[in-house]
Amino acid sequence: MLKTFPIGGVHPPENKLTADIPIEYLPVPDKVIIPVSQHIGSPANPVVAKGDTVKAGQIIAAGKGFVSANIHSSVSGKVSKIDLAADSSGYRQTAVFIDVEGDDWIDTIDRSNDLVRDIKLSPEEIVKRCFESGIVGLGGATFPSHVKLTVPSGKKCDVLIINGVECEPYLTSDHRLMLERGEQILVGVTILMKALKVEKAMVGIENNKPGAIANMTRLSASFKGITVHPLKVKYPQGAEKQLVKALMHREVPSGRLPIDVGAVVHNVGTAYAVYEAVQKNKPLFERVVTVTGKSLTKPGNYMVRTGTPLIKLIEAAGGIPGNTGKIINGGPMMGKAVSNTDVPVVKGMSGVILVPLEESVREKIKPCIRCAKCVSACPLNLEPYLLMALSERSLFERAEIERITDCMECGSCSFICPAGRPLLDYIRLGKSNVIKMARQRNLK
Amino acid sequence: MSSTVLITILSLSLLAFMSAVILYFVAQKFKVYEDPRIDEVQAVLPAANCGACGFAGCRNMAEALVRADSFDGLNCPVGGAPVMAEAARILGKVALVVDPTVAVLKCNGSPEFSPRTSAYNGASDCRIANSLYTGETDCSYGCLGNGDCERSCAFDALHMDMATGLPVISDEKCVSCGACVKACPRNLIELRKKAKKDRKIYVACSNCDKGGPARKACKVACIACGKCQKACAFNAITIENNLAYIDAVKCTFCRKCAGECPTNAIIELNFPPKKPKVEAEAEAANG
Repeated sequence: MLKTFPIGGVHPPENKLTADIPIEYLPVPDKVIIPVSQHIGSPANPVVAKGDTVKAGQIIAAGKGFVSANIHSSVSGKVSKIDLAADSSGYRQTAVFIDVEGDDWIDTIDRSNDLVRDIKLSPEEIVKRCFESGIVGLGGATFPSHVKLTVPSGKKCDVLIINGVECEPYLTSDHRLMLERGEQILVGVTILMKALKVEKAMVGIENNKPGAIANMTRLSASFKGITVHPLKVKYPQGAEKQLVKALMHREVPSGRLPIDVGAVVHNVGTAYAVYEAVQKNKPLFERVVTVTGKSLTKPGNYMVRTGTPLIKLIEAAGGIPGNTGKIINGGPMMGKAVSNTDVPVVKGMSGVILVPLEESVREKIKPCIRCAKCVSACPLNLEPYLLMALSERSLFERAEIERITDCMECGSCSFICPAGRPLLDYIRLGKSNVIKMARQRNLK
Repeated sequence: MSSTVLITILSLSLLAFMSAVILYFVAQKFKVYEDPRIDEVQAVLPAANCGACGFAGCRNMAEALVRADSFDGLNCPVGGAPVMAEAARILGKVALVVDPTVAVLKCNGSPEFSPRTSAYNGASDCRIANSLYTGETDCSYGCLGNGDCERSCAFDALHMDMATGLPVISDEKCVSCGACVKACPRNLIELRKKAKKDRKIYVACSNCDKGGPARKACKVACIACGKCQKACAFNAITIENNLAYIDAVKCTFCRKCAGECPTNAIIELNFPPKKPKVEAEAEAANG
């Protein structure tokens, strides 16, 4: 009997079309747009000016405060301007525009492919390096990793959990990394274990990736303290709290973090980035992005520099098919449609899905008959139909009592609803209002 | 038999009398004095309970009016001057003169001017659309067209126009309660001072982007060129955040600014048609 989390969850069609396609390096584009805010927390401060020459890996925006991350140039060339640029939502935010010239990397980066296993840095130095290298959670939430590696005083971490679940349909970037860069990931895990001062790490991988499970199990034999655990396929197993529950049988209480039950969760992509930052001195400026879609001619997994315009990536995968109705940034469950293909690839972009028109139009909204399928599907024990009704009527105080802020926006409720109701849309609205309300209350 | 009936009647009557006496004393003891003028004032108020005055309903407003030393800061925009004058008469106070206002939409981004670059397929709610993305046009400040304002209007004064995708405000029905102002997540609706004959002149744009991107997103966007500001002889126009604003109090409705605007972002409404220049000058000379 394979492990999984006990409450809720859904089984969307997997559609992992690109699982067998090796990671391919996307050519460096001729222009990049690098937003200064690619993470949760305060935006970074640009430290370059118009006309400056930069090299790949050079810091171009410095993180402001503790919950923030540095931003590095992904290419070499000249800063053409620092201006507002539309992000994937279409809203404009500060970005650094660079015209590419050649492909020079800063000298400190070790560009060889040799595996470095010896960890020379002390735990404090590792955390510092993660901050300096702009490492953020690459599973999609882009939470700055050095914050997670700093265990608050009075709390103790005893297990590091590595998230190789990739429960979102279509996406295969983590899957390919585990197949092709398994050793590097495991060294990264060892580094994270050292930083957190734990002896034990558990890698959770869903059972629909037998190749990755076999590869990681084989490789982990030579790493002390790391075990690989196959998990039963169920969405949203890649969510922190669900993964902690599935692997450790510990429940993270409402409003708390995994660290409160002695666990820290990092994604395999993050572990790989940590390996590169610590052993190769390479800041985070490229990542694997799955470009996929049923009518795409050349779907694949691409190693892309941040700041590359999305359209370049789609062109590499064969261009936008004629019947495309929607282009989604992220997975089909949690991702958001982009309004413009000139937007740059950012650290948190794990996939791009080109959805055919017939699949992209939402169902007609029908009345709720209180069938409670959403209640059964919710992995956090919430009542989505109620939260939607409360948000629709702006009854945010009541929504707060109903624990709307626990919602992690996995979308299981909207997926399962037979009446096609936009449950998550309204819950998200209510959640942001409740958070705003709570913040104002705290100010008083 | 007859004695049973008699005893029943007597005992019940006694019980009723005793209860009445107790209730009388209890009522005296716990009597709450309520100013009778509150009821009088409430009867004068429009009973719309719209919350435009800032109170939860007309009863609260009536209580506040009775309690207040002066009417400073208290106004019922729905009833307007006649209602406030009547309330002042009842309470023996002086009603302050508050200029009546009316809602105007500071966006003119119909598909004709502002091309649609994407299609929104989510929940029909402006608040949700606003939190997700810029909307169907490239303008991140313009009207989203999902009708939150229409749903908020309790006076049937605001309706979505299917052709333009923008709300249309009826000057006759609008009581300037401000519900739509609060409902709009992009703050596109402003309550402006009413002028005679419902004349209006205002900048129908809220785009704070620089001229280039603003113009690209919408043909009738304010590009903050400053021409209107120069043309205005009364200092009524200010430009802030790449956006011009006409102060409705300082404005004399001379309409010079509207003629200068290169993008037609300034809207003039309910004015008589402009006379040809020669005729107008002749008329001025004749006095």
